[in-house]
Amino acid sequence: MNTWNRQRVAKIVIPIAAWLVGIIFVIPILYMVLTSLHAPQDAQTYPPSWGAPLTLENYSGLFTSANPITPALINSVITSVISTLLVLALAIPAAYALAIKPVKKWSDAMFFFLSTKMLPMVAGILPIYLFTTQVIKMPDNVIILILLYTAMNLPIAVWMMRSFLAEVPPAIIEAASIDGASTLRILTRIVAPISMPGVAATSLICFIFAWNEQLYAKVLTSVAAQTGPVFVNTLIQTEHAYLAELAAGATLISLPVLIAGFAAQDKLVQGLSLGAVK
Amino acid sequence: MATVTAPLRETTEPAASRPPEAYKKWGRESWKLRAPLLPALVFLIVVTQLPFVATLVMSFMNWSAQPDAPERSFAGLDNFKTVFTTPAYRTAVLNTIEMTVVVVGVSALLALGIALLLNHAFIGRGVVRTMMIAPFLIVPIAAAVFWGNGILMTGFGLVDGVLGQLGVPGAQDIAFLTDHPKLAIEIQLIWQWTPFMMLILLAGLQSQDPEVLEAASIDGCNGWQTFVHMTLPHVRRYLELSIVLGTIFIVQNFDSVLGMTGGLNSTNIPYAVYETFYSAKDYGVASALGVVVVIGSLIIATFALRVVSSLLEEESR
Repeated sequence: MNTWNRQRVAKIVIPIAAWLVGIIFVIPILYMVLTSLHAPQDAQTYPPSWGAPLTLENYSGLFTSANPITPALINSVITSVISTLLVLALAIPAAYALAIKPVKKWSDAMFFFLSTKMLPMVAGILPIYLFTTQVIKMPDNVIILILLYTAMNLPIAVWMMRSFLAEVPPAIIEAASIDGASTLRILTRIVAPISMPGVAATSLICFIFAWNEQLYAKVLTSVAAQTGPVFVNTLIQTEHAYLAELAAGATLISLPVLIAGFAAQDKLVQGLSLGAVK
Repeated sequence: MATVTAPLRETTEPAASRPPEAYKKWGRESWKLRAPLLPALVFLIVVTQLPFVATLVMSFMNWSAQPDAPERSFAGLDNFKTVFTTPAYRTAVLNTIEMTVVVVGVSALLALGIALLLNHAFIGRGVVRTMMIAPFLIVPIAAAVFWGNGILMTGFGLVDGVLGQLGVPGAQDIAFLTDHPKLAIEIQLIWQWTPFMMLILLAGLQSQDPEVLEAASIDGCNGWQTFVHMTLPHVRRYLELSIVLGTIFIVQNFDSVLGMTGGLNSTNIPYAVYETFYSAKDYGVASALGVVVVIGSLIIATFALRVVSSLLEEESR
């Protein structure tokens, strides 16, 4: 095949293949949304009732049922937002120390942070469970989850923030320092504006991971501190038609992540690669 | 535009470029430089390292929370013996390895193919990219329970329904979750993690200098030659990065097992730890299992750290 032909084929084949792949990947999500909009008895039929009338009753049911989703959503917002703020408060100074003023043995510190992320979460879950239930007697409490999510996301945040802060030209800081600018002034006037996109990317990733977490939440909470992901699992009630409401719950708790992720697609890549890929 | 981060600066570099007085001042105040690191370090040690030390201690103890269990005592290596001789635990170890290798391997290949497709300009590329990212933005447990109940469920699941409408006999009774539980989990995980790897690889492809590719094309390289000799070496490190990060997450996967099969013939180590301590309340054996996962993870982590650091160093040259 000559080059001209090859290019023409590529012009036709590549878009078709790409669209096909994209559609295949998105079908399960579209079907989940469709199921959530069907009445419970229409949602679990064989074969699927494609054209059944659409309704929002499953979504309103999530909020009005005897066991509403609202407290779980509030807990999810509280744990995700507060743990993200705590992560930033701890990670930004640490990343600053590592990036702008490299301390001795800084790479050891970096790899220590990263290695804690690779320690499987199940490895520490039993002592944490016993400590919260039997030592401090604070079972079913969002504070514990907030602290655990902070530790879970801190390594990622330090790595990401360091790579963003490393972009601040050291010459500028030295010049300001020699001119007598205080550390606070350097931070607020020079470092902060340059690193704001990095802070946004880091917050986004930490929020998503905290929002998604289910293992700690399942083991350490029961009623009062239950989060969205744990709640969704309780929607599996096989004694009646449950699939529509399950689909509605699954869609609803994924919405914040979908919105945040779509709004910041590029930051998502930076964050997921620990800031190594920009 | 995709580029790779600024070089990791070695300690000596900035010092050499700095005026001597400033350097002296920095040296005197070195404790001040380290101080901002301490809160994060101390917090991480307390919340992640101490519990692991406790797990290590408990793994050498007879400790069950069952009502009729004997008093706590030193167990020596008995818990580890239990882990390696009980078929259920051995299976959990093998299942973890199998699921990780299959999911990471297939996802990496698919991700590379899709990233190459999306690296071309075509109508609606942004839309396709957005559709591709979506699976990664579904809360993992939500994705797992919907795959288990809405898509692969016997009878009213999407797959059985569509096969039935296509005229496949007996489609209504196809039971993916009970007949092929590991495959079902693997498919769901591949669906969720391919987008993640694809994003990293696409960023890598887009950081490739277009002039180099143009030069190769002018010099008469065909598409395949360009791919093997130019694109693949460039993208290799991104591929390694996506594989190690994917491995770290897939080894720890708990949500898909819980949400899809509830561990039926598909228990992995995280799920086995959860069951052993939460349901069976055997704290000693659960801790020993936890220690085993950590040792396995340390092996993976050694590779991971090497890849991450080489990626950063390579690009800083």
